[in-house]
Amino acid sequence: MRKRLELTTGKAMANKYVTDEAKKQIGKVSEPRTYEVERGAIRRFAEAIGDPNPLFNSEREARKSRFGGMIATPTFCRSMGAPIPDIKLDMPTFRGLDGGSEWEYLAPIRAGDRITVQSKLVDLREAAGRLGPMVFSVVETTYTNQFGEVCAIQRATGIRY
Amino acid sequence: MAKQIYFEDVEVGAEIGPLEKNPTTQQLVRYAGASGDFYQIHYDKDFALGNGLPGVILHGALKNAFLGHLMTDFAGEHGWLRKLGVQYRGMDQPGTKVIARGKVSKKYTEGADHMVDCEIWLENHKGEKTTPGSATVILPSRGAK
Repeated sequence: MRKRLELTTGKAMANKYVTDEAKKQIGKVSEPRTYEVERGAIRRFAEAIGDPNPLFNSEREARKSRFGGMIATPTFCRSMGAPIPDIKLDMPTFRGLDGGSEWEYLAPIRAGDRITVQSKLVDLREAAGRLGPMVFSVVETTYTNQFGEVCAIQRATGIRY
Repeated sequence: MAKQIYFEDVEVGAEIGPLEKNPTTQQLVRYAGASGDFYQIHYDKDFALGNGLPGVILHGALKNAFLGHLMTDFAGEHGWLRKLGVQYRGMDQPGTKVIARGKVSKKYTEGADHMVDCEIWLENHKGEKTTPGSATVILPSRGAK
């Protein structure tokens, strides 16, 4: 019984791609990049996802709100291309999949804000998949406004197989 | 602006939504343009088929945005979406509807904030949950007014 367990748990097998050497990259950060948030870009993003909320679409309406002007939809940050930390993995070829995201929202992003985006590799692990080894990477991206306030944090899981 | 919900109005187990979306290939192109995600599996059918997919598929991040829409509608102008988490478990294709839904799982206070945790998901026209997730919103309280 014990022997069978060893054969079927990932721990008994050495990782093919996420080696101890590769794991040293955890903590690696990207270069920061700064974006100016245009009002039109906020509206176009809201239109593209089909969200008619006046807060994201109408400056006239949003001015009457507690925010005093238009703010971005929760996932607008996706339009600010996150610079990805340079992760080196010795995979011959791979396909990529988006595994999901976890967001924290701390302050609104407004039209005219200058948002600095920076990413950090926070986890790298490997699991056995049906098609062979799968590599999971978690990249944490922080979106900080011109006043130094962190507006949002995204933890995105990428899958390579 | 839509009607505001207050912390006192919410009960554990209460349903959120549904919010029905009918994504088309045109919407995927618009989303690609707005987000800057130009991976061809979302608008080039031949490319998608060549990658072993049944056709073009929705961007995971678009499904994330649909669930964000569900939750900012729920929170209202005086609420605040504090956390949003989604996992892409199944693929969705344009031309079929997807429905964003949720359920209140917990309500509590944290400091001065009135918080509500929710289980959320996107289901396809067969009722399969392709995109499960969770959300936390801060709601205004009638007591605090």
